[in-house]
Amino acid sequence: MTGSYAVLESLKAEGVDTIFGYPGGAIIPIYDALYDYSEIFNHILVRHEQAAAHAAEGYARVSGKPGVVFVTSGPGATNTITGIADAMMDSTPIIVISAQVASPFLGTDAFQETDLLGLTQPITKWSYQIRKAEDIPDAIARAFYIACNGRPGPVVLDITKDALLNTLDYQYKKCDSIRSYIPDPEPEEEDIEQAACIINSAQKPLAVIGQGVLLAHAEEEVKSLLEKAQIPVASTLLGLSALPSDYPLYKGMVGMHGNLGPNFKTNECDVLIAIGMRFSDRVTGNLKTYAKQAKVIHFDIDPSEIGKNVVPTLGVLGNVKETIPLVTEKVKKASHDEWIASFAPLEKREYEHVYVKEVEPSQGPLHMGEVVRHVSDLAGRDAVLVTDVGQNQMMGSRYFRFGKTRSNITSGGLGTMGYGIPAALGAKIGAPERRVCLFLGDGGLQMTLEEFGTIMQDSIGVKIILLNNNKLGMVRQWQELFNHQRYSFTDMANPDFCKIAEAYGIRTARVERREDLDKTIQDMFSDDKAFLLVAECEQMGMVYPMTPAGANVTDVMLEK
Amino acid sequence: MENNNKTLYTITVFSENRVGLLNQITIILNRRQLNIETLSVSPSALKGIHKFTITTYSDHETIEKVVKQIDKRIDILKAYYNTDDELVYQEIALYKIATKHILEKGSIESLIRDHDITVLEITDNAVVFQKTGLYDETQKLFEDLSKTVGVLQFIRSGRVAITRSKVERLSDMLAEREKSIARRKNNQTVKDTTLTD
Repeated sequence: MTGSYAVLESLKAEGVDTIFGYPGGAIIPIYDALYDYSEIFNHILVRHEQAAAHAAEGYARVSGKPGVVFVTSGPGATNTITGIADAMMDSTPIIVISAQVASPFLGTDAFQETDLLGLTQPITKWSYQIRKAEDIPDAIARAFYIACNGRPGPVVLDITKDALLNTLDYQYKKCDSIRSYIPDPEPEEEDIEQAACIINSAQKPLAVIGQGVLLAHAEEEVKSLLEKAQIPVASTLLGLSALPSDYPLYKGMVGMHGNLGPNFKTNECDVLIAIGMRFSDRVTGNLKTYAKQAKVIHFDIDPSEIGKNVVPTLGVLGNVKETIPLVTEKVKKASHDEWIASFAPLEKREYEHVYVKEVEPSQGPLHMGEVVRHVSDLAGRDAVLVTDVGQNQMMGSRYFRFGKTRSNITSGGLGTMGYGIPAALGAKIGAPERRVCLFLGDGGLQMTLEEFGTIMQDSIGVKIILLNNNKLGMVRQWQELFNHQRYSFTDMANPDFCKIAEAYGIRTARVERREDLDKTIQDMFSDDKAFLLVAECEQMGMVYPMTPAGANVTDVMLEK
Repeated sequence: MENNNKTLYTITVFSENRVGLLNQITIILNRRQLNIETLSVSPSALKGIHKFTITTYSDHETIEKVVKQIDKRIDILKAYYNTDDELVYQEIALYKIATKHILEKGSIESLIRDHDITVLEITDNAVVFQKTGLYDETQKLFEDLSKTVGVLQFIRSGRVAITRSKVERLSDMLAEREKSIARRKNNQTVKDTTLTD
C-alpha cells in the first residue's frame, strides 16, 4: 500500500475516529486516501489550521483520547503552531500530522516548504520527520505512545510527499516502550513513607490539585486521601472539575483570581500537598513569600517540575494514580475540623465583597459572573465549560459549577485568545452527549470567528455565550488598575454578532435585561443545536478578587 | 573555574543518534541564557548512542534545572552535570606557524620540551604543532607562540571528559532500564487482569 494508506491504517489501529484538518498541496495524497475511509474517520474540515489544533485540544481534554490534526506543508503547518504551543503548556495530547515537500526538495526553499521540525522542537514533546514510506507505521506508533504516556503533550510528524506516495509492506505494531523515555517513574518507597509521615504530623494541611489528577484519572484516589485525613483541598485553573464544585472538602481555586480561602490558607497551612500541578506564577505570585511556613510535598510525574519553581520539602516522583494510594494506605485517619472551619470567615468576606455584586446584582447592566452562574444552573451538572482567555475565562472558572470530571477546557499556560470556539467544537465532538457551554469575549470571538463555518457544516451543537463588553476587558482592567486609566487600544467597534451567527445559520439571541436572562438561556437549551447568546455586559466590569502579578498570595484586591 | 560567581559545569548527554538532537539541547540552553563554552559530539562506546560534552558557566540552581529539562527530551537517554573536580578532562589544540619564523628563532627544542608539543607536519611554508592539555595550558602555549614566532592559525577542540568517581556505566543503566520497563509491563498485566476479573 502507499504511505498515505499506511497513515490512515495506522490511525485506525490506534483507535482514532476523529480528525481535524485542512487539505493543501503536499497533503493531497492523504486526503485522496481519506476518500476511502469516510466510514471510519469523522474528518472535520476547519476554516483555519490554528483551529484544527485547538479543536484537537478540546477533543482530547474532554475525552481523554489524543486529538489528531492533518495539515499541509508550509503555511498549513505554521498555522498550527499556536495550538501546538498551547498543548505543550497544558500537557494536552495531540498529534499533528503535516505533509512536507518531497524529500529531494528539502532545504531548497521549495514551494510551501518550511522547517516545521526546527520550528516546533521547542514546543513539542516530540517531533519527527518521516522521509520514507516504510517508516510511517513505527513513527505513528511512537507518536501515540509519546503523546499519551507519562506527562502528555503534543507530537508533530512531518511526512514528505514522496513518503506518502511510495509503497511499503504495511505492518502495525503498537509501541509499548521507548528505551530513552521513562513515562511513569517508579515510586520510591522512602518518598511514600516520608510523605505519609509529614501528612500525619500536619495540624493544618492544605492540598492543591492540578491537571495531573485529571490526566492520571486519579480523582477517586485523591478523594480517598483527602477524606481519610480530612484535608481541605483547592484546585488550580486546570485542575478544575477533577472534584465536583460541591465536594465537601473543596475550598475553591487558587491563583491570581482564585478564592480568598485557599490563597490565604496557602500562607497559613503547615503542610502543603501539591498534586499534579506545576506552581505556575499565576498560582504562586511572589515565590519569596509563597507557603514559606509550610512543609511542601510535591507529587508529580515529571522530574523537571519538582523544584522548578517551588523547592519542596519532599518531591514524590511518579504517576499520582500510583503514588497517592500508596501514601493513603500509610496515612492515619485524622480530623482537622477547626482548621477546615477557619476557611469560613474568608469565604464570607469574599461572598460579601465580591460574589453578591458579581453574581446577584439587582440593578445596572448584566454582570459576567451572573450570566455564567445562570447558564451553569440551567445547563445542569453534566455540562462542560469551555472558556476563551481574559475576563470571560476567570468569570467562567469562578462561577461555573462542575458536577463531573473533565468538564473544564481552557487555555491555561499559554493564555491563547481565540482558543474558545475551536476548542468548544472539538469538545462537543469528543462528548456529543454532553452540553458544551463556551464563554468568550468579543475579542476572542473575533480571533477565530471563521469557525462558525465549521460549526455550520458539521452541525456541531455548541452553546456559545458571548460576554460582550465591547472591550478587551482584562487588559482594560489592568490599564485601569496599573496604568492610570490610560485605555490604550482596548476599545472595540464591534459588528452585530447576531447577524453574523444568522449568516451561518446559527440560532442566536441578544440579552441585555436581567429579567430576560433565564428565559433566553432556556431557549438556548431547548435543543441540541448550536446557539450564540450575546449577553451585553457591564463595560467597566472587573474580575475580583485579584492578586496583582508578582504580589504575595495574600495581597488580594477585593474591590476598587 | 569561576566567572562572575558562576562555575564552569560540564554537561554530559547520551542520546539516540537522531537528527536534530543538538538543536533540542541548545534550545534549552538558550532559554536560560546559557552560553556554550565548548562542545564536542561523538559516537559513544555503545553503538547507536551519541555522547555530547558541553561546558557552560552557570550557577548551581540553573544548571540543575537545565539538565533536568535536557534529560526530559524523549530521545535523550541520560543527561548529567559535573564540576571540574569531579572530572578528568582534556582539550586538544593545533597551531600553525610559519617555518621561516621558527628557523629565524633558531632552536625550538626547549619550547617543544616545556610544552610537551607534538609536531604533526612540516612543510617549506608552515609547521603544525599539536598540544593536548587543559584550557590554560593550550592557551599559554598560544600566547607564548604569538609573542615569539607568531601563529598563522589556531584551533582548539571542545572538552572531552571522563568522570572521576565512577566507570561510565551507561550499558548498566540501559540494562536496568530494560528491566524496569519489563517490571512495569508485568505490573500492568497484573492490574489489567485484576480489572477484567
